[in-house]
Amino acid sequence: MRNLLLPGLVLICGIVFTVRLFYLQVYDTSFQALSDSNAVKVEYDYPQRGYIFDRNGELLVSNQPSYDVMVIPREVKDLDTLEFCGLLKIERADFDRIMEKAWVYSPRIPSPFIPQLTKGEYAYLSEKMRKYKGFYIQKRSLREYQVQHSASVLGYIAEVNERIINENPYYQMGELIGMQGVEKQYEDFLRGEKGVKYIQKDRFNKEIGPFKEGIYDTLPIRGNDIVLTVDSKLQEYGEQLMVNKRGGIVALEPATGEILALVAAPNYDPALLVGRERSRNFTRLYYDTISRPLFDRVLQGEYPPGSPFKSLTALIGLQEGVISTTERISCYGSYNYGGRKPLGCHHHPSPLNLVGGIANSCNSYFATAYRRTIDKYDTPQEGIDNWRYHLRSFGLGDFMGYDLPSGRPGLIPDSEFYNRYYQYPTYRWYSTATISNSIGQGEVLMTPMQMVNFTAAIANRGWYYKPHIIKEIKGQDTIPAIYTQRYQTTIDAAHFEPVIEGMFDVYNKGTASHIQIPGIEICGKTGTAENYTKIDGQRVQLTDHSVFVAFAPKDNPKIAIAVFVENGYWGSRWAGRIAGLMIEKYIKGEISRTDMEAFVLNGSLEEEYAKPYSGEPFSINQ
Amino acid sequence: MGSSGYLKIDWLTVFLFLSLVFIGWINIYSASVADTSAPFINFDLEYTKQLVWIGLSVILIIVILAVDTKFYERFAGLIYLVSLLSLACLYLFGTTINGATSWYNLGGISIQPSEFAKAATALALAKYVGDLQTNMSEFQHQARAFLIVALPALLIVPQPDPGSALVYAAFLFPLYREGISGVYILLGFAAAALFVLTLLLGVPWMAVIISALAVLIFIRNKKKKPRPSRYLLAILLCIGFSYSVDYIFNNVFEQRHRDRFNIVLGKETDLQGIGYNTNQSEIAIGSGGWTGKGWTQGTQTKGNFVPEQQTDYIFTTVGEEWGFLGSTLVIVLFVVLLIRILQLAERQKSQFGRVYGYSVASILFVHFLVNIGMVTGLLPTIGIPLPFFSYGGSGLWGFTILLFIFVKLDASNTHYQ
Repeated sequence: MRNLLLPGLVLICGIVFTVRLFYLQVYDTSFQALSDSNAVKVEYDYPQRGYIFDRNGELLVSNQPSYDVMVIPREVKDLDTLEFCGLLKIERADFDRIMEKAWVYSPRIPSPFIPQLTKGEYAYLSEKMRKYKGFYIQKRSLREYQVQHSASVLGYIAEVNERIINENPYYQMGELIGMQGVEKQYEDFLRGEKGVKYIQKDRFNKEIGPFKEGIYDTLPIRGNDIVLTVDSKLQEYGEQLMVNKRGGIVALEPATGEILALVAAPNYDPALLVGRERSRNFTRLYYDTISRPLFDRVLQGEYPPGSPFKSLTALIGLQEGVISTTERISCYGSYNYGGRKPLGCHHHPSPLNLVGGIANSCNSYFATAYRRTIDKYDTPQEGIDNWRYHLRSFGLGDFMGYDLPSGRPGLIPDSEFYNRYYQYPTYRWYSTATISNSIGQGEVLMTPMQMVNFTAAIANRGWYYKPHIIKEIKGQDTIPAIYTQRYQTTIDAAHFEPVIEGMFDVYNKGTASHIQIPGIEICGKTGTAENYTKIDGQRVQLTDHSVFVAFAPKDNPKIAIAVFVENGYWGSRWAGRIAGLMIEKYIKGEISRTDMEAFVLNGSLEEEYAKPYSGEPFSINQ
Repeated sequence: MGSSGYLKIDWLTVFLFLSLVFIGWINIYSASVADTSAPFINFDLEYTKQLVWIGLSVILIIVILAVDTKFYERFAGLIYLVSLLSLACLYLFGTTINGATSWYNLGGISIQPSEFAKAATALALAKYVGDLQTNMSEFQHQARAFLIVALPALLIVPQPDPGSALVYAAFLFPLYREGISGVYILLGFAAAALFVLTLLLGVPWMAVIISALAVLIFIRNKKKKPRPSRYLLAILLCIGFSYSVDYIFNNVFEQRHRDRFNIVLGKETDLQGIGYNTNQSEIAIGSGGWTGKGWTQGTQTKGNFVPEQQTDYIFTTVGEEWGFLGSTLVIVLFVVLLIRILQLAERQKSQFGRVYGYSVASILFVHFLVNIGMVTGLLPTIGIPLPFFSYGGSGLWGFTILLFIFVKLDASNTHYQ
């Protein structure tokens, strides 16, 4: 027995050690990660972000170098805090706050300490930073804007937040990412690929050369340049026209779906959201809850489309065979039903055929066409759903799939919507309950982007390409396939001609005759959209929105446009004029109607916008 | 001593010894080389110096094997006395390195006599126990045997080098083999258990547990009519011990000792300060994975994260660069060597040979246990080298002498059959 004790202990000990080694080396993999963070330092080399050009090759956005002071909290040692704060011109309290945040994020991964130094500050600091352990200066590239317009289109880049870091491991604290507009949409192309260097360190954190002779290191890959479909000159002109107005302009090339101009007003200088001032400026823009400059009215503003919608009512009526081009419909100054006059109309000749109906924007005509469309079916539910089916084919009532990261779907109501709305089957509802839809009021909502899309589909006589802003990604063969695919509407091509004829008459002798531009055949449709707001919980009507959709020339159209001016009163007053000027600017390159241009450039609606906030009773539509 | 004597030596032991020395050296190379493209021979670097030590130990081995077997038995007492003297004289002429006066400085070469004292003590103990006059069941003889072991240990403790002194506990195993009561070993274990548990739970809890345990045993043994007074005495002794542990730990130990225990007991986890060694060595070993990062490819090794890596922590290089497979191989080599030595010890004709063989195995075992236990985070940080592996001339020579005297004894043993 006595000769077994020691051999037994030796064996037990051997087994225990083997198990322990198995646990440390094979079972618990966390030691590998610890080892990597311990001995290998990762250094990033940030590539230049891709440039952005307009459709004519004009440079819109380039880069400027920027320098961040970075900190690795656990490596900060023997720091003379007061001296350091003095050097960076920050308060002791700021120092503590930033350090605490950096510790919370990670003791071993770098966090930005002071972001975006100027070149002067960098030159001064770069020599001294060496002596502060745990701090270093990281070079990045920031945006430099060559133009003062298109902020809402271009978007901006900003430091990644924690949500993004958690979702996408590519990004680390302090890195920049596209947050809005094109910068966000094409981030993957624009950013390029950051280069990585692995550096072996010793226990004093001293770098002792590349890790494994640099076999894992990568070089940074420069971001792809991109070319946008927008025309910088047209874009700039549009923003000038929209000064002191709220709303938007959006113009497409109907044959391709390329966005020529996309102006949301009010706008701001894109350079405001660059560098150290970004945060303060952003806050100021964000909290401007009255003019809401960060709210992209072209993509996010859901408005009742008003009279331009009548073109669609007519097209659906023709397709369903409930109206014809020859039939004349009477108007008695209003659309009368059941002893009531739910829709008023204005003075115009009566009765009117289809072309005349559009040219004079007769409410009765389109109310009749709409009612017949719905009542063609046994139940109003079926009628509404069929009506909606046609509208959906124009890209309405849904996010359209354009390549900008914000937007709203608008609303094309279906039978379920009205069943809920009228509490069917407790209460029944009929076509007349939804009659306002016929003239683009009622429940129908659209963004200006959707309005220009159906206008382009009319211009093309029945089809459209999805609107898009990307023209070319340098280094890539194609743009995304959905933008090179034609979408067909449910309306036969033949039905478009009379509607286009009507829209041409709008411009020639109808509601927009005074915006005529020599030498250009414009087809358009005015709109005057009623709208309401709530003041102290009470529904108050405001001055009508001024709406205009158009395309030109009549044959082989080069441009389709939608203009929306909030509280601008009747359609041709502001929106029509602006659309006319934009079309002339695009097609001719210069402006002949300088009278009209002067009116728009000098005009302001600020007084109108101030009314609901004045706290006093006010009158509208003056 | 004829030429046939060499043929009788146990080649398995020699092979295991050479394997461990070789593996040890290539790991010392990896841990100390800074630039693989620089000239190989550089006497500033540990691996070159170790190569010299290894070369010299080969000469030492030849000398040991050449000396007549009777010499070791006959002169064991003298060797022991010289060894004690060398330890005692440290207090007069010793050099202090890392706070411990354990070294003689002989013309730029440091010699650590405690490394040689183990072999001397083993010889002396074997001589005493193997003497026909000695009867290990007699208390007086037991006491003398303990004294032989305790003297060098007592000289080493105040250097201070408690780690090396602790190794002398290894002599309990040969003594147990030769017939002293198992109670001594049990008492040793019980004291260790009480020690650890007291630190973990505190004196009040220990008092409760000890009393409960005593009552349980008392009830179980009721048929044998146990005397309650003895149990009471045992309880009081245990609680007294527990209390003294608490007192010694808090009032006699220095903070760094307390910290080391607290880290292993999981009562503290300061990974930057006092827990740094253990944490870094676990990271280095753990990062090796199945097959390791490859020779000289260890990032932790290259970055010098593990302190004392060429000496006490050399096993971390094995772990990092050779992975689970490599480190298990080293464990297996050690286990086989220890078992082989014990096997050889059992077949010795003389009691002297057996006691000596047992002492060799026990000393190597305690080094192995404490060192690997320390680097894998199972035991507190106690700085003793891994035999044949760790960098250091004194250590390598000490273990070589220890082992090869036994190889010589074994060779003669079979030769005379």
